[in-house]
Amino acid sequence: MARLIMFAVLAVVILASAVFCVSTKRIMRAATALLFVLFGVAGLYFLLDYTFLGAVQISIYAGGITMMYIFAIQLVSKRTLQGLSERWLGKRTILAAFIALAGFATVVVVLLKNELIRNTVVEGDSLSRELTMDTVGQTLMSADKYGYVLPFEFISVFLLACIIGGLVILNHKKKEESK
Amino acid sequence: MFDFRIVTTWFDELLRVTCGLGNFWTVLIECVVVGLAILLAYALLAIVLIFMERKVCAYFQCRIGPVRVGWWGTLQVFADVLKMLIKEIFAVDKADKLLYYLAPFLVIIASVGTFSFLPWNKGANILDFNVGIFLVTAISSIGVVGIFLAGWGSNNKYSVLSAMRGAVQMISYELSLGICLISAVILTGTMQVSGIVEAQTGPLRWLIVQGHVPATLAFLVFCVAGNAEANRGPFDLAEAESELTAGYHTEYSGMGFGFYYLAEYLNLFVVSGIATTVFLGGWAPLNIGLDGFDAIMNYIPGLVWFLGKTFVVVFLLMWIKWTFPRLRIDQILKLEWKYLMPLSLVILVLMTVCVAFGWTIHY
Repeated sequence: MARLIMFAVLAVVILASAVFCVSTKRIMRAATALLFVLFGVAGLYFLLDYTFLGAVQISIYAGGITMMYIFAIQLVSKRTLQGLSERWLGKRTILAAFIALAGFATVVVVLLKNELIRNTVVEGDSLSRELTMDTVGQTLMSADKYGYVLPFEFISVFLLACIIGGLVILNHKKKEESK
Repeated sequence: MFDFRIVTTWFDELLRVTCGLGNFWTVLIECVVVGLAILLAYALLAIVLIFMERKVCAYFQCRIGPVRVGWWGTLQVFADVLKMLIKEIFAVDKADKLLYYLAPFLVIIASVGTFSFLPWNKGANILDFNVGIFLVTAISSIGVVGIFLAGWGSNNKYSVLSAMRGAVQMISYELSLGICLISAVILTGTMQVSGIVEAQTGPLRWLIVQGHVPATLAFLVFCVAGNAEANRGPFDLAEAESELTAGYHTEYSGMGFGFYYLAEYLNLFVVSGIATTVFLGGWAPLNIGLDGFDAIMNYIPGLVWFLGKTFVVVFLLMWIKWTFPRLRIDQILKLEWKYLMPLSLVILVLMTVCVAFGWTIHY
């Protein structure tokens, strides 16, 4: 009962913010609405007792990605202050509808195939399946069959490459300016 | 040691057995009561902190501070709150009104969210997840967005400048803050707030003693980074009044401004509270291994220990604020990225080595 109510509240927040995000004309408002969508998703994780994933969602998306979007918006141009608008084009509408439909179909197939609804709604109330942090940490760092050490290290190397790339671009610009 | 669980189980029994309510209504009523308690404590602490800041600041500047309203100026803050409550809130022309009105709430949500993780007493943790400390850092990052949106929504160039500075500064200092917390997590082996405090009960078990050199360094780095994270002096150039009027909340009046004001003081309290929880033992009493001394110390309730230690840290941070001059933005970023961050990484390695070889202090 309580879970169902919480889910309904979160679903309304997520859907309303998502619609607001794509329909608003001001880019900063869109970024803020996106933030609320991501919070809503984090709330869903907490509802499913995936506290670690929820914390990661808030930390990375609220603290990282949204801030990055906002900084990127600042760097674009002054016109973002006035309000951008884009016209609906016929061809694009069809393509967008097709992509949306494909996404929806994927979600439905996954839901039906794994019987997720029954597992979470029916059984979720009775047992709490909170994973301990030990398990999460050991899985993240183990090189066993279901370990994640390779993707984990790969992502760190990838991020390092991004940082170095950013520094190189910055240095390049500075040299051009000094000339 | 007084266990607060006696009170909570009594209340739970009262609702479930005496009143005969179902699970749903019991949990709902308990949630509402706890929520009200959090907000009440939040407001009361804000009043105490504002009064304390005025008096501490005054004495550091050889003044006596507010003395006219109430005995020794104690009612001054209430008068200010009343003034703030009856002020009109209005937005600037051509500002983004939605973001303007939304931003203070984001800041206050981040502040209340981190506030409710503090361990007040044995058995009196309000939010106690298994990812506790990590979730605290996650929630505190919502405040950055709030500050930035305030600057953007105000349609004022000083606000935008200040918001940029504030956001950059907070994002940077979050790093060393997080790394210091991780070094404490290595020592205790848990991220749950109640677990961290539980690991510090007993003679000479406070983390700052247990982890000796690396823990002391981590505590100092945490205090500096926490001060910067709360946007307080000497890192308060986001609201440097001499160059940016009042920073990102220049255009706010009434309770919009009040929220920022509250959040600033409570963030100070939360940073001190987390420093206390993680390094100074939270509600754990001072035990040194002598039975008689420990027994006397254990009679003092945990709430008193927690508040006492936290206010000591608050006083330290206020001392720093009113003693040091303000830094420039490049100096702030240099301090973080060239000194504090590498230092905290060194601390992390040191702590890992100490824990791995068992070089911690066991009594």
